[in-house]
Amino acid sequence: MSRYILRRLIAMPFLVLGIVTIAFLITTVTKGDPLTAIVAEQQMNNPEVVAAAKARWGLDRSLPERYMIYLGNLMSGDLGTSFITKRNVGTDILYRLPATLELVFAAMIFGTTLGIVLGVLAAYFRNSLIDHGARLFALFGSSLPVFWSGLGLLFIFSVMLNWLPGPGRLDARLPLPPGITGFLTIDSLLAGNLTVFKDALWHLLLPAFVLGWTVSGTISRLVRANMLDVMSREFVLTARAKGASEFRVVIVHALRNTMVPTLTVIGYSFAYLITGAVLTETIFSWPGMGSYAVEAARALDFPAIIGVTIVGGLAFLVTNLVTDILYVVANPRVRLS
Amino acid sequence: MSAQLSSVRSGAAEMPGEPLLSIRGLRVGFRKAGSQFEAVRGIDLDVAKGEVLGIVGESGSGKSVGMLAALGLTSKNAVVTGSVRFKGDELVGKPAREMRKIRGARIAMIFQDPLSSLNPVMTVGAQIAEAVRLHQRVTRKQAMARAVDLLNLVSIPQPERRASQYPHEFSGGMRQRAVIAMAVANDPDLLIADEPTTALDVTVQAQILAVLRSLQERLGLGLVLITHDLGVVAGHADRVAVVYSGRVVEQATVSELFADPRHPYTRGLIASIPNLEESRERLFSIDGAPPALGSLPGGCAFHPRCIHAEARCREQDPPLLDLGGRFSACHFATTLPPFHGASLAAASLETGSLTP
Repeated sequence: MSRYILRRLIAMPFLVLGIVTIAFLITTVTKGDPLTAIVAEQQMNNPEVVAAAKARWGLDRSLPERYMIYLGNLMSGDLGTSFITKRNVGTDILYRLPATLELVFAAMIFGTTLGIVLGVLAAYFRNSLIDHGARLFALFGSSLPVFWSGLGLLFIFSVMLNWLPGPGRLDARLPLPPGITGFLTIDSLLAGNLTVFKDALWHLLLPAFVLGWTVSGTISRLVRANMLDVMSREFVLTARAKGASEFRVVIVHALRNTMVPTLTVIGYSFAYLITGAVLTETIFSWPGMGSYAVEAARALDFPAIIGVTIVGGLAFLVTNLVTDILYVVANPRVRLS
Repeated sequence: MSAQLSSVRSGAAEMPGEPLLSIRGLRVGFRKAGSQFEAVRGIDLDVAKGEVLGIVGESGSGKSVGMLAALGLTSKNAVVTGSVRFKGDELVGKPAREMRKIRGARIAMIFQDPLSSLNPVMTVGAQIAEAVRLHQRVTRKQAMARAVDLLNLVSIPQPERRASQYPHEFSGGMRQRAVIAMAVANDPDLLIADEPTTALDVTVQAQILAVLRSLQERLGLGLVLITHDLGVVAGHADRVAVVYSGRVVEQATVSELFADPRHPYTRGLIASIPNLEESRERLFSIDGAPPALGSLPGGCAFHPRCIHAEARCREQDPPLLDLGGRFSACHFATTLPPFHGASLAAASLETGSLTP
C-alpha cells in the first residue's frame, strides 16, 4: 500500500508538468491579445508604448522561450505577475484560496451529510413520502441554478427574515483575525475572538448550504441506488438473522459497502468546487478562486489564468490521491491489487 | 460449549412432548403493485429438540419463505398469519425488539450462498464476534477469543490468523464454515439451514453437511435442513416434510417416506433421483412445471401434473391427513398403489412423460 502511494507521489511532478504545459499552450492559442489588458486603449496606436509593454512582459520573445522562462520561474515558486493587479499571482492565489477552501469544506460537510442521510432514508423507506421528498430535494438541488437558489435564499433569510447576514465573509466593522490558516473561522478561534468566529460562521452558512445542496443531490441519488443494491444482498439478511438492530444493519453493514462510489463523487465534487464555485462566490461576494478565475479570463490576464489552472489541476491530483487512499480504508478488497 | 451428546436421532417415536418449534397454519402473502399472492398457504410443521427435519421442495415452493417468515425476516410487504410457537412462545406478531433477542440467540439461520452471506468489508472474526456481542455481555476481546474458538469448532485451520482475514480471502467451503460458526455462536436451540450446500462443490458439500451434523449432535440442537436435494435428506434428516406450492403435502420419517411415499408428488421426486444401480436409459421427471404462485389451479395444486388425478382432485384441495404419525395431503393417500421407483418410470414410459 505504501509503495502504491509512493508510486503515485513520484508520478505527481510529471502530471503537474503536463498541466502547466497544457495551460500555457491553451493561453497562446486564444484569439485575444493580452496587450489589451496591459496597454490603455488610446496608447495602442503608439508603437513605442506597445514595444515597451511587450518587452516588459516578455511578449516579444518566442513561445518556447517564454515557456522555458515560465518553467524556470515556476521552479523557484514564482507564478509570474498578474497583468491586472500587478501583484504576484502566487500572492493573489494565497489570498483567495483559503476563502474558497473554507467555503468548499463547509459546503462538502453540508453536501455529504445531507446526501448520505437522505440517500439512506430514501432507500430504506423506498417509495414512501420520505423517498419522494428526498428525490424532490435532490432534483431541486442539482437543477436549480445557484444564481436563482442563492439569490432566493439570500432574499428570504437575509433581507426578509434578517436571520442571516448578507454577502461577504465577515462584517466590515469587525477586525480580521491574524491570518494563520486563512480560514476565518479557524483563525478567529485561534485568536480567541468568539464574536468574529460567530460572525464568520453566520456568513459561511448560506453560501455553504447553497453549494452543498447541489452536491447533496448527486450524492443522495447515488447512495440511494447503491443502498438498494446492497440491502438486497444476503449478508444483510445474515446480519438481521444474527439479531442486529435495523440501525446496525443499515449503518454498520450496508452503508459501509456503498462508500467506494460515494467517495468518488465526494472527491470529484470537492476538486471541482475549488475552481468551479464561481456563481456562488459572485452572488455572495466571496473573494475566492472562482471569482478570481473569471476576472482573469475576462481580462485575458494570462499569468493569472495559468496560475488558476495549475491550482485547479493540483486540487484534482491531490483529491484523487486522497480518495484512492480512502478506498483502501473503505474496501479491504482493494488492498490486494 | 455444552458437549451434551444427543441420541434423539432415532425418529418420531421418541419425540418429547413439547416440540421445540411448532408451526400451525402459517400463511405468507405478498402485496405487489395492487396484485396479491400467497407464497405459503398454510404450513404445519413440528421440530423436536435435537431433531433434524428436512424440508424438501422445488425452488419457489415457499419452503424458504415459510422459515424466513417464522423468524420475522420477510420483507415489509409480506403479510404473515398463522402460528409459530418456539418453546411454547408465539413468534408471529411478536414485537421486532423481542424477535431480535431470539434471532441469532435461540434460533439461528444460515443461507444458501456463502459468497454473499458474509459482509465483504468486515473481517470474518469481527462478524462472528458481532454475533456474540449482540447477545452476550462480553468485552470486545472476549468476543474475539470466542470467534477464534468457534472457527476452530468448525475445523478451520489456523483460526487466529483466519479470524483477521476478510471473506474474499476464504474459499466457498471455508466461508460456509464461518457462517455456521457465526450461527452457533450463542449456542442456539434451533438452527435453520436454507440450502446450505447448494452453492458449493460436491466434495465440499459433504464436508459442510458433516460439520453441520457433528455440531447438531454435539450441541443437541434442532436442525431444519431446507433443500431441494432428496439425497441430502435421505442421508441426514430424521423426518421429512415435502412442500409443494406453499403447502406441506407429505410429512413422515425418512425411512417411511422413501419406503412408502403416500403422495404422488413425493413419488415423482423419489423416482427422479438418478440411480446408479438400476441403469435406466432415461431419467424420470415429473411432467409439467410447478404453477405460478399467482395462478394456482383449483382443487389440489398438484393435480395437473399428477398421474393419479381424478375429477375430485380438480375440485377439492385435500387437507393434510393423519395416517398414524405420518401425514399426506392426497385424496388417495391410503389407496395409492404400492410404490416402486422403477415401475413409476416404466409406467410413465407408456404415457410418454419422459424428458431426455
